[in-house]
Amino acid sequence: MSLNESPTLPEGLVAVVKKDCPTCELIIPVLIGLEKETQLTVFTQDDPDFPPGINDRQFDEELAFSWHHNIETVPTLLAVEEGKEVSRTVGWSRSNWESLTKIPGLGRDLPDQRPGCGSLSVDPSISPDLELRFGGSSITARRVEFAALEDTHEALFDRGWTDGLPVVPPSEARVAAMLKGTTRSPEEVVASIPPDLAPCTVEKVAINAVMAGCRPEYLPVVLAGVEAVCTQTFNMHGLLATTMPHAPVLIVNGPIAEQIGMNSGNNVLGQGNRANSTIGRAVQLVIRNVGGGRPGEVDRAAFGSPGKVGFCFAERENDSPWPPISTMYGFPAGTNTVLAFPGEAPRNLVDQLSRDPDSLARTYAANLISIQHPKLVLGFDAILAVAPDHSRVFRESGWSREQLAERINELTVRPGHELVRGAGNIPEGIPEGMKDSDLPKFRESGLHIVHCGGAAGLFSAIIGGWVNGEMGSDPVCVEITP
Amino acid sequence: MTKVLDPTNEATPADIPRAARPETLDGLTVGLLDISKPRGDRFLDRIEERLVERGLRVERFRKPTFTKPAPVDLRHEIATKCDVVIEALAD
Repeated sequence: MSLNESPTLPEGLVAVVKKDCPTCELIIPVLIGLEKETQLTVFTQDDPDFPPGINDRQFDEELAFSWHHNIETVPTLLAVEEGKEVSRTVGWSRSNWESLTKIPGLGRDLPDQRPGCGSLSVDPSISPDLELRFGGSSITARRVEFAALEDTHEALFDRGWTDGLPVVPPSEARVAAMLKGTTRSPEEVVASIPPDLAPCTVEKVAINAVMAGCRPEYLPVVLAGVEAVCTQTFNMHGLLATTMPHAPVLIVNGPIAEQIGMNSGNNVLGQGNRANSTIGRAVQLVIRNVGGGRPGEVDRAAFGSPGKVGFCFAERENDSPWPPISTMYGFPAGTNTVLAFPGEAPRNLVDQLSRDPDSLARTYAANLISIQHPKLVLGFDAILAVAPDHSRVFRESGWSREQLAERINELTVRPGHELVRGAGNIPEGIPEGMKDSDLPKFRESGLHIVHCGGAAGLFSAIIGGWVNGEMGSDPVCVEITP
Repeated sequence: MTKVLDPTNEATPADIPRAARPETLDGLTVGLLDISKPRGDRFLDRIEERLVERGLRVERFRKPTFTKPAPVDLRHEIATKCDVVIEALAD
């Protein structure tokens, strides 16, 4: 019999027990009685001599029987006819056992019922290995063996597979568990990953997600993130190759953010939340490992940014004055989405005194014009992250996101002759031909106003964008599918 | 023994040998590729002057943007028309 074949069910009654279960101990007299009156086979998980007094006892040492027959609780009692299970009951319940065995008066001295214990085959420390051994593996990635004397973590660094931080070793069991986080097939190609334009399967994304430290339920978000950044529009190749410091900033919207425990509040752009920290990192590891995008090679950033390890957060939707940012990209509120924005490191913006929307807009405009260079306009987008202490002002005055963006843009307008090359004794600037126009800092829809951050603090934050449009990158929003 | 899964694309890079370096530029066509970085054209204009003075044939090309790889058709055109190519990185 191969490991993937289900062990035959013996006719009659089948009980599955383990010694390390008080309920199994309790029902020994019932099992002894049943063996005398009917055809009973007992499978024992942890001790071949348990339960004493039973003759037809089988040791399920490998847990093959328990795994193949989906035993989740011990004791479990099955009724088998012509090789097929016709009914089952779990734990001890006199009435259920009597109705299943059709034998009255079972265990008169016992309490009416007792819950069972967890089957060894579903023990979280064992079940991934059983899944692998008995479920059959469809994983096609090359297996890499490390010698017994090799330190696994050092070996992973030596192969160049990490971003400089330790990674979780991508064992087959961990990757198989990760793949359960999506309904997509492991061999499905998700995207071509720059710079090598290597086709990347769901399985390869899962391997890198394990390494990044993701839980399986994050995988759909990672997959959507990979899809978003690997579009022509987002131009991950250019973003990687540029000497500028930018990298994908991933913003998650929809109920999935809360379901997987993402942070949209206190310290939203910082450390400490597993989903925020590992989802962005997984996308970056895919680019590094599958795409071949490594610093000093195709990645030519002069400075880079801490966000290049991974930069992902959720929008604070529950008390936002505005609909989710994904609605800017045509998705109805409530849709699970990832928005990829080519951004640099965030910086804080203080205004603790403004209490009306127009003065806050003035503060925002005064800070936003400095992105990349105060004399460079229209070429760079920005995220303006507004925290609850500031957003309250806009909610109370009924300012929509569009209204705020429009007002900020108005306030950034400056005459071209102040911005052209040479103006103000600074050679950097816009071309001379634009000197007679009045120009705002941002192109239409260039400003992305996102609600997030902790409840206390009269601050907002700016994340400057990379070169926008055909020359560079446009933000891309994609739906997260299971 | 620890066994892990390979996180890379597992592709062995195709080993494409470099074209042989010419001994001399005499009689060759030189391609000048402007990658669209500011002022790259000024550098290439000067190079063109110098090459033409030496009696060489020069072909000019331009990538639509420096942030993306050259389109495959442009690469093919350069390979077809030129014997050597000079690419200008600039700022």
